[in-house]
Amino acid sequence: MSPAECSPSPANSLPAVATVPAGDPWRSHTVRIEGIVEEIPGVQTYDLRFLDQEVAGRYRFLPGQFNMLHLPGIGEAAISISSDPANPQQLAHTVRAVGNVTDALARLHPGDTLMLRGPFGRPWPVAESTGRDLVLVAGGLGLASQRAAIRELARRRAEYASVTVVHGAKEPSGLLYTHEYREWKAAGVVVRTIVDGLPQGTATTENAAGDAAMWDGRVGLVTDLVNELTMLSDRTTLLCCGPDPMMTAVAHAALRHDVPAEQVFVSLERNMACAVRHCGLCQFGPVFVCQDGPVFSFAAIEPYLSIPHL
Amino acid sequence: MHADDRVVQDTDPLRPTQGRGGPAVGSWVWLPTETLQPLIDVLRTDGMRVIGPQVADGAVVYRDLAEAGDLPVGWIDEQDGGHYRLQHDPEAGFFDHVVGPHSLKNFLFPARETIGHFLREDGTWRQVEDLPEEPPLAVIGVRGCDLAGLAIQDRVFLGGEAVDPGYHRRRESLFLVAVNCRRAAATCFCHSTGCGPAASAGFDLCLTEFPGRFACEVGSERGAAVLAKLQEKVPLIACTDSERAAAAEQSERLEQAMHARQRVAGEPAPRSLNTEGIRDLLYDNLEHPRWEEVATRCLSCTNCTLVCPTCFCSSVSEVADLSGDAVQRERHWASCFTLDHARMHGTSVRSSTASRYRQWLTHKLAGWIDQFGTSGCTGCGRCITWCPVGIDITEEVAAIRATSPHDEGA
Repeated sequence: MSPAECSPSPANSLPAVATVPAGDPWRSHTVRIEGIVEEIPGVQTYDLRFLDQEVAGRYRFLPGQFNMLHLPGIGEAAISISSDPANPQQLAHTVRAVGNVTDALARLHPGDTLMLRGPFGRPWPVAESTGRDLVLVAGGLGLASQRAAIRELARRRAEYASVTVVHGAKEPSGLLYTHEYREWKAAGVVVRTIVDGLPQGTATTENAAGDAAMWDGRVGLVTDLVNELTMLSDRTTLLCCGPDPMMTAVAHAALRHDVPAEQVFVSLERNMACAVRHCGLCQFGPVFVCQDGPVFSFAAIEPYLSIPHL
Repeated sequence: MHADDRVVQDTDPLRPTQGRGGPAVGSWVWLPTETLQPLIDVLRTDGMRVIGPQVADGAVVYRDLAEAGDLPVGWIDEQDGGHYRLQHDPEAGFFDHVVGPHSLKNFLFPARETIGHFLREDGTWRQVEDLPEEPPLAVIGVRGCDLAGLAIQDRVFLGGEAVDPGYHRRRESLFLVAVNCRRAAATCFCHSTGCGPAASAGFDLCLTEFPGRFACEVGSERGAAVLAKLQEKVPLIACTDSERAAAAEQSERLEQAMHARQRVAGEPAPRSLNTEGIRDLLYDNLEHPRWEEVATRCLSCTNCTLVCPTCFCSSVSEVADLSGDAVQRERHWASCFTLDHARMHGTSVRSSTASRYRQWLTHKLAGWIDQFGTSGCTGCGRCITWCPVGIDITEEVAAIRATSPHDEGA
């Protein structure tokens, strides 16, 4: 399909939701860091609470949406929300220190404050996929954008035919949230992990993983695991988050197993300053990643994912 | 295409305009050129910041205007790819220059704007609401293409789920005195984008110049109110139907002339843009070799995006005081021609000039249609004139159209 053949609107089969908060889009609110958890080296989860109880009381988000975290004097970054949408007063953001803002965030302590705008963007189609086989595929930190969905699916597990999490990382130390897999599994979520490789000197996979009991020891590409999934069919909804080439490969693997392109969803990441379609930085072909996404149906976005440097 | 020789003869100086409220919306009155100064005075007395075209640094630019004598009377501009020269023409009127590097964008979406203040007190950050009051803007001399550009930026900043507060505030109080062009530069192609040359809607007052006077169309209640105040200083004479028709005909003749323009050896080539099926044409040619070819000429200098009346990309920077406890966030224009525009994790998604030119042109002429239901191009020609190497958007599209593997029948 050529790009021009796809729907002229930012074609998404996703439901219409409020993708920006009401009022001044630049208005932000003070949040306090309640706790910081080091997930893996260089990656922290920040537990944030609003100081203003009125703001806290009306704040809601859906899995897959993101906030703009602003450190005054440093800058602002778009970070997906990684906590349970059922408890929107307690906001977790898992962040890798890789730039100005995230490096500065990594130097903060519990009790420090920062500013937050949000939530923004289209969520994962969790509520719309009841009765289906849900497969969530995450490469590296991509799992952070799916953790809210996993928490919600674990809570509402009975409403879905099956729920499977496939998580790949460069090496065992890159696997995220390993301490939670037991809880996810107890709720009926299948968790499969794989790593691209093992650091030199790793004798066995068991002693390299964060939680040996949860580590199945597979080495290979995340698509290897996807290809082995037995529940992939036209009754599957697949949610994928990771680097663009990985998402394309996973989506094509799903299509080969009869998952409809309209039921494959990817979450894109682009540079953005405003999060409300005004700054133009996150444009990708005809869409704004901030508000038309970050979650897109693969059917809508594939023609653009295949063009280099778009 | 200069000052009209069909001076309207049948004006009755004794025919009064209607009512005490001044001329009604939709009516036309004559404004002798001497009334430009009282018009500026009325707008300024109303508390507005008046902006108008003036000659500065060898170009006609928009600046604060207090004196009608500062308007560029007697100047015309010669424009071509990478070329802009002002020339004196004793027959030229007040507004016979076409468009300079500035547009309404410079005032409604300023190049730099404070969007928030933050204070840290006792270790706790908070946002404070103390954005400055700005006087309402009145802009004299805007053209059909400028009004089209404004309508496009309205869709960007006001038409979506989020409304930009600064743009909204300035737009709501904006007063526009439009001007119908009497000539076109070679770089003008508004006739092929449907944006001109006539200023057809969206103004408060609209002037069509005749020798010694302007036929003024009243476009809004605010325009009527300003004329009512003007009428207290200067008696206003209504235009007859035939005079109105003569004014309208002036724009129609220019439009027809633009359609009929032919290339003349030794003179700048007249531009036009074939917009038929342009969205699909460009999306189907994202990997056309022309992108690499234009990249051998494009300097990635960002001039086209700066002078474009609709380009809206921006970035935000933090400005802290010495203590670091008081911070302003400043939004400033950004350009898809910079590496920073699509920077992620330390590298740019659009690392080549070819990918950046492709982004600009396909967004302007195709992506905009998906995003805002309109093309992003008004046909003003600024990007052609102010490109230091004279890259011509109409020529690039024509080259792709001529060799599109997907567009043989079009």
